[in-house]
Amino acid sequence: MTVSTETYIAAGSLSGSNDQSRRQRRTFPTIMISLMTVAALIAGWTALSLYQIISPIFLPSPLSVGRSFVNLVTVGFVDSTLAQHTGASLLRIFAALFASVFIGIPVGLAIASSRVGKGIFDPIVEFLRPLPPLAYLPLIIIWVGIGETSKIVVISLAMLPAIILSTVAGVKSVSSDRINAARSFGATTAQVLRHVTLPSALPSILTGVRIALGAGWSTLVAAELVAATRGLGFMIQAAAQFLVTDVVISGILAIAAIAFLLETIARLIERRLVPWGSRL
Amino acid sequence: MGTPGPSKAFAVSILSFENVSLDYGAAAKTGKLVLGAINLSLRADEFVAVIGRSGSGKTSLLNLAAGFIAPSNGRIAIDGVTIDRPGADRAVVFQDDALYPWLNARDNIAFPLALRSVPRADRFEAAEKLLNHVGLPGAGDKKIWELSGGMRQRVGIARALASSPRFLLLDEPLGALDALTRGKMQELLLTIWSQSGAGVLLITHSIEEALLLATRVVVLSPDPGRIAADIPVSFGREVLAGQPVRTIKKQNAFHSLQETLTDLIHDEQAERAA
Repeated sequence: MTVSTETYIAAGSLSGSNDQSRRQRRTFPTIMISLMTVAALIAGWTALSLYQIISPIFLPSPLSVGRSFVNLVTVGFVDSTLAQHTGASLLRIFAALFASVFIGIPVGLAIASSRVGKGIFDPIVEFLRPLPPLAYLPLIIIWVGIGETSKIVVISLAMLPAIILSTVAGVKSVSSDRINAARSFGATTAQVLRHVTLPSALPSILTGVRIALGAGWSTLVAAELVAATRGLGFMIQAAAQFLVTDVVISGILAIAAIAFLLETIARLIERRLVPWGSRL
Repeated sequence: MGTPGPSKAFAVSILSFENVSLDYGAAAKTGKLVLGAINLSLRADEFVAVIGRSGSGKTSLLNLAAGFIAPSNGRIAIDGVTIDRPGADRAVVFQDDALYPWLNARDNIAFPLALRSVPRADRFEAAEKLLNHVGLPGAGDKKIWELSGGMRQRVGIARALASSPRFLLLDEPLGALDALTRGKMQELLLTIWSQSGAGVLLITHSIEEALLLATRVVVLSPDPGRIAADIPVSFGREVLAGQPVRTIKKQNAFHSLQETLTDLIHDEQAERAA
């Protein structure tokens, strides 16, 4: 999210007209405003904990959170280091992403390109889409057990609608001229799909992947509620039960940092794969 | 092309509209036709320009020839063989270039060859040749979004030529270009037509363009689209012979034809208003 706001602001300042540029030179760069906001928040946090306005049990000082973070990295919490917790969570996220891309893109293609496909899959997607993952988590556990599979299934189900719907949107927005051009050069239906429809829909599909990653992270904590022994979500919940608030906050910061990192990587991949983006 | 005598009639393909009419979806119920009883034949050594007001069914005519849509009645055939789908013998150039941004200029041009599994080296060579042919030497590695509108259309034309079609179907390919670029592209179209041996069907809303390029100008009138006039012209040959376009446009013959065609299209308007 931060990345996108910055991009918009950067684009805005580039297109600023001449009479604005003088004022802009005097004004503060936006990134500095953001950094100052963060600094102010940390200062406020320090003050609150330093003068014991809020009990350290509820709000430990930034210093003790930092110390606990270092401790998480070196020693760990509930039998695993931060790297191991992160690894377990990332593994689930990526397994789920792989599964939902593998299923979601063909389903999206079927919905977008065939009346029968739309008839079959549309009600299922519309049923699944508004459901909160926590609602169907117990059912998934009853069906596939408390092992790793149920966690991946739950995260996949949360990711699927984003992938499917973005594929549908992408395929539907392919210009008919592009398709007709290929047909007029003698392309078969399969060739049109492979060489025109899919690459045309790719920008939309990649946007869907980014949205799905977001949905995946928000489902992760719920998925690790039951019978997990590792994972960032599990770590936060275990810490909460023992009222180890500094670990809870460290865990939240770790998730935020990783989500931000993934978003940035996803954007880099997007720029690499679809450099034409919105230009064409 | 060089074959002498009567055998030439067999060598040149003919694209023919035989009693073709077309209605669209809801219009079918009211019996309203987009095109009614079109009879038109286009030889593969002709350059036919189709003009007419918007709504006269120009683009529908091209879509029928391309095989993108099927006629409601009648048939379209090449050398007597009915067309029922798009095919590589009829390559289309679109107003909105319809190039593929994930391919560079060279691979866009080689696209029709890739569909036929032509080996990579041969595709490369053919594309480079076509790049030169359309006046874009050395631009093969350029991304589509790095090209100007005129350059994109050049790539689009080269891509259509790569298909080695018998007929080139041009759907207002110069419609979105500025006047200067347009002039250069018109000369390119003429050169390509004279060298490729493919028949050209050009849809345009510019009477001047039709007169400068075509060997025949077909005027469509609307409601339903039908052929109001089919006039042979020859200014294109003068352009090819190196006569400046400006002097051609000053000729009386050019002026009077321009007026005749303007009147033909205008009369329709008056008729509709009445």
